[in-house]
Amino acid sequence: MPKTLFDKIWDAHLVARRMDGRDLIYIDRHVLHELHAPHAFEQLQKQGRKVPRPDLTFSMQDHTVSTTPGRTDESNPSGAAFLRAMREGSARNGIRVFDLGDPEQGISHVVAPEVGMVLPGATHAVPDSHASTVGGLGALAFGCGTTELAHILATQVIAMKRPKSMRIRLDGALGAHVTAKDVALLIIARLGMAGGRGHVVEYAGSAVRAMAMEGRMTLCNLNIEMGGRSGFVAPDDGTFAWIAGRPFAPKGAQWDQALAHWRTLRSDDDAIFDTEHVIDCDGLEPQITWGTDPSHVVGISGRVPDPASDPKRRATLEGALAYMGLTPGTPLAGLPIDRVFIGSCTNARLPDLEAAAAVVRGRHIAAGVKALVVPGSSTVKRAAEAKGLDKVFRDAGFAWGESGCSMCAGGNGDKGEPGERIVSTTNRNFENRQGPKTRTHLASPATAAASAIAGRIADVRSL
Amino acid sequence: MQPFTTHTGIAVPLLKDDINTDQVAPVQAMRALKPDYKALLFMRARQRDDGSEDPEFVLNQPQFRNPGILVTGNNFGAGSSREAAVWGMLANNIRVIVARSFADIYRENCLQNGLLPVTLAPADAAAFEQRVIAANGSAPFTVDLETQTIRGPGGPDLTFDIAASDRTRLLEGLDDIGLTLKHTDEIKAWEQRMAAAQPWLQTATDSRTNRG
Ligand code: SF4
Repeated sequence: MPKTLFDKIWDAHLVARRMDGRDLIYIDRHVLHELHAPHAFEQLQKQGRKVPRPDLTFSMQDHTVSTTPGRTDESNPSGAAFLRAMREGSARNGIRVFDLGDPEQGISHVVAPEVGMVLPGATHAVPDSHASTVGGLGALAFGCGTTELAHILATQVIAMKRPKSMRIRLDGALGAHVTAKDVALLIIARLGMAGGRGHVVEYAGSAVRAMAMEGRMTLCNLNIEMGGRSGFVAPDDGTFAWIAGRPFAPKGAQWDQALAHWRTLRSDDDAIFDTEHVIDCDGLEPQITWGTDPSHVVGISGRVPDPASDPKRRATLEGALAYMGLTPGTPLAGLPIDRVFIGSCTNARLPDLEAAAAVVRGRHIAAGVKALVVPGSSTVKRAAEAKGLDKVFRDAGFAWGESGCSMCAGGNGDKGEPGERIVSTTNRNFENRQGPKTRTHLASPATAAASAIAGRIADVRSL
Repeated sequence: MQPFTTHTGIAVPLLKDDINTDQVAPVQAMRALKPDYKALLFMRARQRDDGSEDPEFVLNQPQFRNPGILVTGNNFGAGSSREAAVWGMLANNIRVIVARSFADIYRENCLQNGLLPVTLAPADAAAFEQRVIAANGSAPFTVDLETQTIRGPGGPDLTFDIAASDRTRLLEGLDDIGLTLKHTDEIKAWEQRMAAAQPWLQTATDSRTNRG
């Protein structure tokens, strides 16, 4: 029977079926972070359980770390206890920590691919909903909760019911300054917040093939915002070239053997998906959110929608408009803004920073605007500095931070002030996410950079 | 895990779609390693801008101060995977959520913690929501997992579907790790097979140090 790539990876990792009907799926790489792992370590210790495969498990310090230069545990006072508990729990269980000061510290979803831990056809688990970021390299990744995390630590498998499969084919080609972020926002707008629920999504089509690995990761990162259980892109030669030579990637004869296997990782031509969508990306303009969930999206030339035109969701949309301080019919482009954030596991890899820097170079942010760039990892930070991007941003009036999640969820204390309008390259524009009463507009790094310069939401193509 | 057989309590209507875990358990409330899970539930919605209690918010209304069942809309629990959004429910003795639908990770987190996620057939859901609004906290509802029924004021018993495996797990309060560890031999055998067939999956070595 023809198989989807999801079927192939799932079946290869199926260890057993449990008596309650769940499949036990082996986890090849388990990546933890300090906001959730300490609870799981404590749970295991209480139960006297061991971690059988600490060699396949890695700890990252990202959610609560300060982004200020010269940071220590105490730089973010509320983070210190998490950082220490993470260190202790990891040491007790023999797990390597990418700690503060480690040259490769950073956001888990950025670091794991970067060091070559993520391999095509491998399974991943992270106690964070954006785990599927690494699907950009053809890995199958699951976000999980804390109890599930303890379960994986103790058993190296996840117990799941087999999700359904979906394929989203992205046809056409993207224009200048139009990115994977814009495509992802469009998909969430079309399919809705629950459009991917219960499904593992394969992203395919010419627009995906043309994307760099970093763009594919952005695309897969946002899969959760439409409720998808996981999302990935089948690997190709670009993927293999991207992985080759990274520290944790296979070497020598094993690389050749792996490569031969990876070349088989594609959905069979006549494989049947439970759900299929086709989206045309030709002529797509930069996208931006106007409201309080990631499906509240319009093109940059669009206007704030009128809730009256959508009777079913009217109350929700009215609530979103009130929170955002917007009235129906207002053009998005031109709205005055207070702050810009470029960062997060969605959009803080090197090409993201390069795209933003290209817009910013030789310009200065508008008076009254505060702007911050936080590289997705310490490696990205070094690479950007080697190219002089930090100077481009600083000269333009941006602050340049140490790597971490920062203002994405504000777990480290970085946040906006009440009432501020923020253009952010992150993944969630929920109420209060970037600080109490902040108003977040999600967009690409290029759009965020252009908006910082203009002091208003701006169409980067007309700057 | 505490088994779930039946639960009786006041049903509180929070009839909105897409309530996300940032709303259920705001990240700002989780600054401590051991936060007050009872207090963090819907913390932001409970308060007005000046920090005082918002009397409009349903859980602040006198008849809903001690709820046992949350009744809500589509896609409940979207967003972050934070389990505090389930622990906050349990800390408030809410052991059943009746939603039009659940986000995947949230539903998993419920099952891991003995919190029963119920989805009624659409017609029943609408009828049940009306009964909950009409009851307005004056009398409790009882959710019985063995018979898969909801009993309470305003109408006949309603039945709900739940996967047999989820039902067993909740009824017996099965320890998930224990269940899986029964398969330790199969896990070891899988590892051996994979170490031969795709050895790169069974080692994660930093080639610069030859260590993990
Ligand atoms: S950057 Fe944001 S979404 Fe990504 S891991 Fe950190 S908090 Fe989660």
